[in-house]
Amino acid sequence: MSAAGAMFRRIDRALLAAVGCIVVLLIAGALYDRNFLSPDYLLQQLQVASFLGVIATGVMLVVLLGHIDLSIPWVVTLGGMMSTAAAGHQGLAGSLAIPFAVACGFGIGIVNGIGVAYLRVPSMIFTLATNAIAQGLMIVHTSGFAPEDHATPTMHLLAVERSILGIPNAVWVWAAIGAGTVVLLRRTPFGRRVYAIGNSERAVFLSRGNVRRVVVACFAIAGSCSAFAGVLLAGYSTKAYQAMGDPYVLPAIAAVVLGGTSILGGRGSYLGTVAGVVLVTLLQSILSIVQMPEAGRQIIYGAVIIVMLLVYGRGPKVVS
Amino acid sequence: MSDARLRAQDFRYWLASHRGPLLAVALFVAMFALFVTKHPAGASANVINTAANKGALLAFVAMAQTLPVLTGGLDLSVGSVFVMTNCLASTLMAGTPAHVALGVAIVLASGLVCGVLNGLVVMFGRLQPIIATLATGAMYGGVALWLRPAPGGDVNEDFADFMTGSLHDLVPFSIVVLVGAVVVIWLPYRRSVLGRAAYAVGSSEQAAYMSGVPVARAKFLAYVLAGLFAAIAGLLLTCLTYSGEANALLGGSYTLNSIAAVVVGGTSLYGGTGGAIGTIFGAFVLRTIGDLLFVFDIDPLSQPLFLGVVLLIAVSLGSFRLLKVKKRVDLYR
Repeated sequence: MSAAGAMFRRIDRALLAAVGCIVVLLIAGALYDRNFLSPDYLLQQLQVASFLGVIATGVMLVVLLGHIDLSIPWVVTLGGMMSTAAAGHQGLAGSLAIPFAVACGFGIGIVNGIGVAYLRVPSMIFTLATNAIAQGLMIVHTSGFAPEDHATPTMHLLAVERSILGIPNAVWVWAAIGAGTVVLLRRTPFGRRVYAIGNSERAVFLSRGNVRRVVVACFAIAGSCSAFAGVLLAGYSTKAYQAMGDPYVLPAIAAVVLGGTSILGGRGSYLGTVAGVVLVTLLQSILSIVQMPEAGRQIIYGAVIIVMLLVYGRGPKVVS
Repeated sequence: MSDARLRAQDFRYWLASHRGPLLAVALFVAMFALFVTKHPAGASANVINTAANKGALLAFVAMAQTLPVLTGGLDLSVGSVFVMTNCLASTLMAGTPAHVALGVAIVLASGLVCGVLNGLVVMFGRLQPIIATLATGAMYGGVALWLRPAPGGDVNEDFADFMTGSLHDLVPFSIVVLVGAVVVIWLPYRRSVLGRAAYAVGSSEQAAYMSGVPVARAKFLAYVLAGLFAAIAGLLLTCLTYSGEANALLGGSYTLNSIAAVVVGGTSLYGGTGGAIGTIFGAFVLRTIGDLLFVFDIDPLSQPLFLGVVLLIAVSLGSFRLLKVKKRVDLYR
């Protein structure tokens, strides 16, 4: 077999299919509106995608383990609100806003990890409960109103401005996080263990791997990612607001799955997740430029995701 | 062995196999007793009726969730079906009794259609239920918005009041509907071939397949019936509010609470054990927690936090079984 053939086999089918769908969407967008393929518009799409991309990074780690994190919506909101609250707090330096928010997300992630790894509660229900707690905390914190505090200049810089080569800083941030994740997953024993746990926890335990610590670490990273995405979103819109994370659960999980990561764990590549994120963002963008009522957009959005999954996300047939 | 000893043994077995649901029943009875003794109006028909209506809404959505969960799946679209059928009912349940009856039939049928779509996608599309129903849920949310872009509606108030009132000021009619659904739908389903097949599939899909259990049909029927139960909840909501609203947040919160109710009611999220009756009490437990926070004068702003903490504690209670695990390797699947 030639080197090219081996290379081709290494790139998984899902990634190819996702890239194919992206090309189709780009062509469809260009046919509808000439400006769709302008560099400026595409960079703007990438900027929006990077917020989703940061969330999807954490989701992917957790999904690789065979778990799921449903605490995303309110951890994102918590990240946004805590950063602006720290920025508005008199006694704190503005530079602490981002670390403080990420630390809060990290804390919730640790709680999630302990519940899943040590208490052995199914991740779906445990993260649901921590989501409710994060929501409760934020309602107490804001008394149910939109917070008055504003984002710091640093947050604005990270989320909106274009400092290097005219590429949005948010994209650089996502690229940095992505590169770190690829190294973590592909080049460290930790990463190998993540995939191994997704395939068989028991095998990892029997080969003396510390299953629990890896699970807690992954949930902690996921919580930090969600909170950091909240920071970026608050920087993007200068404010944090109630339920700002709600529109990100379905897209984040859909992006990870459309990128070829098995929802049962153990299989998937970060490149696929990147493709999935771009795919979902482009789909949303096309549905919003085609002037269609929200109802139609949602129906098409759901239908397209189903169709794409039917094309390349089907499970194996049970035969024995 | 004597008859009496056999019967005692049967009883102990029954007790052990129904521990989860029985715990939910006990919890509900204790909490509800506390609620009515603490409530300023006491155990009046009105207090009980309000509690029953609120609980029945969640109970139906959670029953819808129970069926796919029993097969080892999940239906994240139950909340959306609930909201969608609410919107549909708010356009169809006005006018003469004949119109209302036709409307009810169409609403229930629409729930079945949603269930059929979910079942087709999960079963014959071989997609993972979590992601597939998340996507179909978005679609149903879109349909709800299309049916009712702005909140409102016109509902035959006599019918609505009857559905949400009490029989002889004693038995809330929503409870009658709930019991009716259990007797007419759940119990026959539980005893049918496909119902037992659903439990088998939830315990071990491969073993079920190898034993000739109709795996595909069992899963399919579970999602279809889930759509029906969610539609009943949608009807009840319409009767309570006289209107419809395409409220995605409401749908989302009902979906999440339905999963919580299923777990509190003693059904395993891994499938194969539990049932709808436990779920009903699980749903009532969750609703009674909210009521208790109200009668104990907890600050409304901190109520969601309390609910979250109670939910976290409730789902963590199952971890006591870990103490009984002798070999650590058994902790890992």
